[in-house]
Amino acid sequence: MFDILRTQFWSLTLSGIALGFIYVLISMGYTMVYGVLRMINFANSEIFMVGAFASLLVGRDVFHYTMDTIPPTGAKLALVLTCSLIASMLTSSLVAFLVELIAYRNLRNRTSNRIAPLITAIGMSIVISETVRIITKARAIFAPRILEKQTLFVFHGADIRLDSMITIFAGLILFIALERFIKLSRLGKGIRAVSMDEDSAKLMGVNLNRVISLTFIIGGLMTGAAGFFYVNVYENVKYNMGFSLGLAAFTAAVIGGIGNIRGAFFGGISLGLLEIYASAVVGTQWKPVTVFVVLILILLLKPNGLFGEAVQKTRV
Amino acid sequence: MINLRDKGAEFWDRSNRPVRVLTVFVMLAAIAALPYASNSFLQTPIAAFDAVLVYPMGIFILMAMGLNVVVGKSGLLDLGYVAFFAVGAYTMALLGTHTGLNTWEIMPFGIGFAMLAGLILAIPTLRLRGDYLAIVTLGFGEIVRIIAVNTEKIGGALGIAGIPFPPGLGFEYQLLDQKYFYWTVLVLILIVIWIVRRLSARRPGRAWEAIRQDEDAAELMGVSTYKYKIWAFVFGAAIGGGAGVFYASRSMVIAPDNFTLNTSILILACVVFGGMGNIWGVIVGAAILGYLPDRFRFLSDARLLLFGVVLVVFMNLRPEGILPRKKREKKFTSLQTEEGAK
Repeated sequence: MFDILRTQFWSLTLSGIALGFIYVLISMGYTMVYGVLRMINFANSEIFMVGAFASLLVGRDVFHYTMDTIPPTGAKLALVLTCSLIASMLTSSLVAFLVELIAYRNLRNRTSNRIAPLITAIGMSIVISETVRIITKARAIFAPRILEKQTLFVFHGADIRLDSMITIFAGLILFIALERFIKLSRLGKGIRAVSMDEDSAKLMGVNLNRVISLTFIIGGLMTGAAGFFYVNVYENVKYNMGFSLGLAAFTAAVIGGIGNIRGAFFGGISLGLLEIYASAVVGTQWKPVTVFVVLILILLLKPNGLFGEAVQKTRV
Repeated sequence: MINLRDKGAEFWDRSNRPVRVLTVFVMLAAIAALPYASNSFLQTPIAAFDAVLVYPMGIFILMAMGLNVVVGKSGLLDLGYVAFFAVGAYTMALLGTHTGLNTWEIMPFGIGFAMLAGLILAIPTLRLRGDYLAIVTLGFGEIVRIIAVNTEKIGGALGIAGIPFPPGLGFEYQLLDQKYFYWTVLVLILIVIWIVRRLSARRPGRAWEAIRQDEDAAELMGVSTYKYKIWAFVFGAAIGGGAGVFYASRSMVIAPDNFTLNTSILILACVVFGGMGNIWGVIVGAAILGYLPDRFRFLSDARLLLFGVVLVVFMNLRPEGILPRKKREKKFTSLQTEEGAK
């Protein structure tokens, strides 16, 4: 039972960390929005799916790569990857902006009912995924081969692959950039102020609507980047792919204490590792069950998540 | 926009007992006669109209009333309600195919097991804050489905077939003519309406209302909030389980695919769309949302898309639902003057 885990430990660890970074980036879409609005951004899984599609389309329709063409190398590879990354980030942030505008803004000004925005967000999520389903005829679309899965070096018998390394390093850079932005910039200060106390922030002259829009856009940028990494590692997209990844990313945000971006970082990485280890030990089909058992245990023992202490002081 | 609920309440308050009795009878007769209206504009293009009246409409109404106790009355956001429905349906499927018990004898078992599942979920999670409750229940709903898919003993992904129909009482339940199923589900709905209304007027109902409005204040006033939250959960689960038993017995075959997250979300949408906390609103909401996708089958591919658009547009126009919950203070002012003031 534990044989696979023991023999392939380092290889599993690497893919666990790479998956973890995808979760970290998606969970930013949940945790930032939760930090300022105290509401779950239900359409975030669809925002991720749209980002993944945008990344795929750039490679396939702009640069005309297919499954059979020779993958680019060197500067050309960097160019294609950068364009896909930017396209997926921009598309996702645009969709996130629209979701906020349509599903949250109007209701926020009209009612204190907290479930109504949830339903509109679910509605937006249905609209987005159904549109994509109709366009793609409910089929999985395979990504063109752009990033060759070459092995960089071997570490304790595990192949260290290029795509995992790109995911890990680029993910880390994006996360640090976001963290610094929230900490240091003026807009980041606005986000932190709103997440601490909405009313006081308004009195201090913070433009609430702008800050909330910005939060959705930043969450969308991160979630879109996750879509790009997902396409590079797994090389296929489907209209309903957002659901399971979105759920896992939300779990990651909760593990780290929702509303806390550093917490979400550790939550995402540990969930990625846990999922990969668990599927090696008990089989892939039980993976979601193990993840949720762990989630419930954490919530029972530490109801504010692992970093609940920090949540009280430095939200977002 | 016209306030249908106030108009209805106004009519009810003004009329005397004979008028009220007559109104109820006329409405009940009209609703019971619906299967005979299958050749009118109500006809659904692909599914038979009488079948649509039973599932989705009738069963959705049952489930929405159960979820309304949890979400609408007590304010606990449950995103995995389909799990209780699944527990009831699987109880019916397993006992119905392996033992000689009939549907009505299995009903108490189905309700009991669903309540047990509700209790197991409620004890650890109801101490958590509301938002965490949403994600844990969401996970619970998915876990129940994944366990059903991966356990070969209960049919795995293929599910269970050959579930018996309920025994007829002087008539036979039929697959092609589902009038009797419809009338049975109507009776079940009336029973649940009666139970929920009685409970709402008494201690549990007032405790739920207090918890929804302000949990801390309720606790300070001596309401045992944890206990009543568990009760709300278990009671909602019981209705879901009962609906599941009836659904399995009518459908003859069930599979894990019948119990996805989409169903939970759809039922939640029924509750919010109709008007949280108001049982009549929830019934109207569930009837509409159950009916629309089958009526607009000609849109085939785009009908779920349209459903999403309806949700977004409608919730933006009427965030409190079609028939919103009565505002408490309205009781003490004359409805006449308030309508005049508008």
